[in-house]
Amino acid sequence: MDLVTISSNLLFVSFVAYLVATLFFGGAIKKSKSEKAYHNSKWGTIGLVITIIGFLSHLGYFFTRWAASGHAPLSNMFEFTTAFGMMLVGAFIMLYIIYRTPSLGLFALPVAIIIISYATMFPTEVTPLIPALQSKWLFIHVITTVIGESILAISAIAGLVFLVKNIDMTKKSKSRFWIEAVMYTLVLVLGFVVSSTTFNVMNYEAEFTYIDKDEAPAEITYHIPPLFGMNEYEAMTPEKMTPWVELPPIINAQKLSSLVWSIAVGSVLYVLLRLIARKPLAAVFQPLAKKANSQLMDEIGYRAVLIGFPVFTLGALIFAMIWAHEAWSRFWGWDPKEVWALITWLFYAAFLHLRLSKGWEGKKSAWLAVIGFVIIMFNLIAVNLIIAGLHSYA
Amino acid sequence: MSKIKCQCGHENPYGTELCEKCGRPLSEKAKKSDIVDMRYEGSSRRSQTYKSSIIDKIWNFFSSVKIGVSIIAAVLIASAIGTIFPQKFYVPATTPEGYLEYYERLYGTVGKLYYELGFYDMYNSWWFKVLVGMLATSIIIASIDRVVPLYKSLKKQRTRRHPSFMKRQRIFGEGDVRNTKESLAKAEEKLQAMRYNVKRENGAILAEKNRFSRWGPYVNHVGLIIFISGVLLRGIPGFYVDEAMWLREGETRNIVGAPGYVLENKKFTLENYTKEEAAEVFGEALEKNGMIAKSYTTDVTLYKQDEGALPGSESLKKVKDYAINVNKPLKFDGYNVFQMDYKLDELKNMTFHLVNKSSEESLGEFTVNLSDPAKVYDLGNGSTVNMLGFYPDYDGIKDGEPYSKSPVPNNPAFIFQMNTPDKPEGEKSFVAIRQTLEVEENDYAIKFAAAETRNISGLTIRKDKTLYILLLGGLVFMIGVIQGMYWQHRRVWIQEDTEGHLLIAAHTNKNWFSLRKELDTLRETADLPAYIDRQDPELDKPEQEGDEEIWT
Repeated sequence: MDLVTISSNLLFVSFVAYLVATLFFGGAIKKSKSEKAYHNSKWGTIGLVITIIGFLSHLGYFFTRWAASGHAPLSNMFEFTTAFGMMLVGAFIMLYIIYRTPSLGLFALPVAIIIISYATMFPTEVTPLIPALQSKWLFIHVITTVIGESILAISAIAGLVFLVKNIDMTKKSKSRFWIEAVMYTLVLVLGFVVSSTTFNVMNYEAEFTYIDKDEAPAEITYHIPPLFGMNEYEAMTPEKMTPWVELPPIINAQKLSSLVWSIAVGSVLYVLLRLIARKPLAAVFQPLAKKANSQLMDEIGYRAVLIGFPVFTLGALIFAMIWAHEAWSRFWGWDPKEVWALITWLFYAAFLHLRLSKGWEGKKSAWLAVIGFVIIMFNLIAVNLIIAGLHSYA
Repeated sequence: MSKIKCQCGHENPYGTELCEKCGRPLSEKAKKSDIVDMRYEGSSRRSQTYKSSIIDKIWNFFSSVKIGVSIIAAVLIASAIGTIFPQKFYVPATTPEGYLEYYERLYGTVGKLYYELGFYDMYNSWWFKVLVGMLATSIIIASIDRVVPLYKSLKKQRTRRHPSFMKRQRIFGEGDVRNTKESLAKAEEKLQAMRYNVKRENGAILAEKNRFSRWGPYVNHVGLIIFISGVLLRGIPGFYVDEAMWLREGETRNIVGAPGYVLENKKFTLENYTKEEAAEVFGEALEKNGMIAKSYTTDVTLYKQDEGALPGSESLKKVKDYAINVNKPLKFDGYNVFQMDYKLDELKNMTFHLVNKSSEESLGEFTVNLSDPAKVYDLGNGSTVNMLGFYPDYDGIKDGEPYSKSPVPNNPAFIFQMNTPDKPEGEKSFVAIRQTLEVEENDYAIKFAAAETRNISGLTIRKDKTLYILLLGGLVFMIGVIQGMYWQHRRVWIQEDTEGHLLIAAHTNKNWFSLRKELDTLRETADLPAYIDRQDPELDKPEQEGDEEIWT
């Protein structure tokens, strides 16, 4: 077995470990009668041990891949997103050891699982580094940013537990609508995973030529049935599906098709889940969050921001500026990715000020943490895939 | 303004909420509240006290956190809008019409609006700069407004607090214990073991730790201000150089922006990953993506002109040879020269034959140096070629004349006059790539024989004296956030009141759970009354009494 194969096997092991650990954290909550028992539950301890095994295996994936390629595996969407999932679990382990709360694990691990699944939808082959990435700063800048972002993400998870527990799901309200919207979005990501995997297994390929926005001819391959066609497209594989509409050159019709497929499949999944559960998904999870102490979740959420914010600043702004100065000759160039890192930073700065001075605790703080996570994910997904810039590595 | 005298005898500045010394509530608001507002220790802040003059109003505006957060939100939203479409500097246009055309062509009416509202150059717009300026002002004023009174009141706090202060703390407990003296002594010992600074005065304890963490926010704000000043300094000449130059292989030229320094480009190399060296690991990726660049390298020699030498004279002293790579700029005397761009295979020389059209016999060849073409080329056998016209970047005929759209030899064209022994008066011919035009039928023709090309390196020259200021700003900011966020300022008050009851109260600026854990450990050692956390209704009361563990 070569290193790359070992590496992907280790990733698979950690994936399974996280799944199993989730069940144990669920058990810890179900079996505990009181808050105290919930803290010291045996099930929770077993869950933690399995999580740590998964995390070590995940680290194994990371370092074997590093050994195989000769560079830190943080250079494309697959590698970055996988590392994000890994550090999310790492941050969870850290906070679990401080606060010992199984409900955090019950929500954090599934999110990590979704993130890792999402990562594997991108090309997973080992790619050599282009000149701009050949630097020790690749590792230093990206890993610090990933760690910072994943600690911040834990605050959103704690916020989610807080909200699922405290929102009254029996009455119609804005909060009920939005918490269900969060659940729906998570199902949409699953929709993306399901649709990409299905067409991938079917080996679906449709090729087109088109005219790009600089009026130059180009070629594109769809791996999903083309709902939308590129500007002035011509099919090279006419036996495959004919796109419904042709789109203007600034829109990448392939990515849009993929998005629409994800939404369609995700929505079907969501409707199915609703039909089975016969209540909102947030209400399904509510009993699992009930035993969490609200004050504690609020504190974990806040503490995660306190720990993550300096790390994020260091990685995503300071190290980023130092490297940008080395590689691109300027420390700041208003590249979309840079701007969105600044936006994330400003957002958490606002969060901290609102909390300190305006007393935004509890629900408000939990919602802010969830929005912060949305901004981080936007920077990871949308800025890379939709807004083109220097950081578009996938 | 008059001072407020507390019952304990201490004179507090006007506007104080809680007595600096004993903590007695002084304002009506503080007297009425169940839990006192401990932010800034209930001290007198300028912004909360003086509200009449115009200066007061400006001060109060900028010291408000609500305003500060609003400014942050405004910067955030403006920044986000700036990423919807590419900014000006990423657009291949130079004129206002060019920009308008670009945004309108690609993004339609919305793009046109984006241009017209100035969003296409968001980060250089005057109002974006004003927002950042307001943010800086807010940071400075809001910090001063808070740090001064906070410092004063933390310095003046007394060990024994008034019971009304104790009772209004979020964590509070009171009760009787078997031996008050012993409890206090044990508590003191335990608190010291938990790294608290403990002060004790007849029957009262004040234990405090990590007060320095309270200064974190102000330290990080100082860092931000240093950073912003660094950015402002770049406007001053000499602090900041940002130039670009194209340097052809074999050329030696003065470095733009770095007077006295000369750079020679010896060779530019573009290297791709080859299948052989990387097939095992990268094979799949190379298969999928085609060529992937491995390195862009310019081999250069840096020279310095001798001191006092006349400009343009040849007295150069070699400084060093260097291979400039992406991520490895050439560094000298505060300057950095970066590998930023390249052009491959620009025409350097072109060699032509002069041929007799009917016999196809060559009368000799000559080479035109495209960057410095000669007027006359003597072929040595009585034939000469005169260059009457040179159009390096030929782009058709304009007003009856050949037209060159740039001085770069992308598409060279020539007008030659061929003087041969047969035709001493000469024949004229227009020669361009794959094209020859003659006014009349000629006997002789110029035939293209060979061309020599060379690569060009695109280099950026930077000097940035502000970098160290920016780095210092970043460092101070990091120290500030770590100091403020990774430690918590905790205080525990324990005292015996006049009736012999023991009172306990505690306060932290964050992480109340950890503080409660510490109190629980403290209660295991010292016999102290049970406490309540007034902001946690879900707090498991039995936890304090040590209920039996329920294992599942």
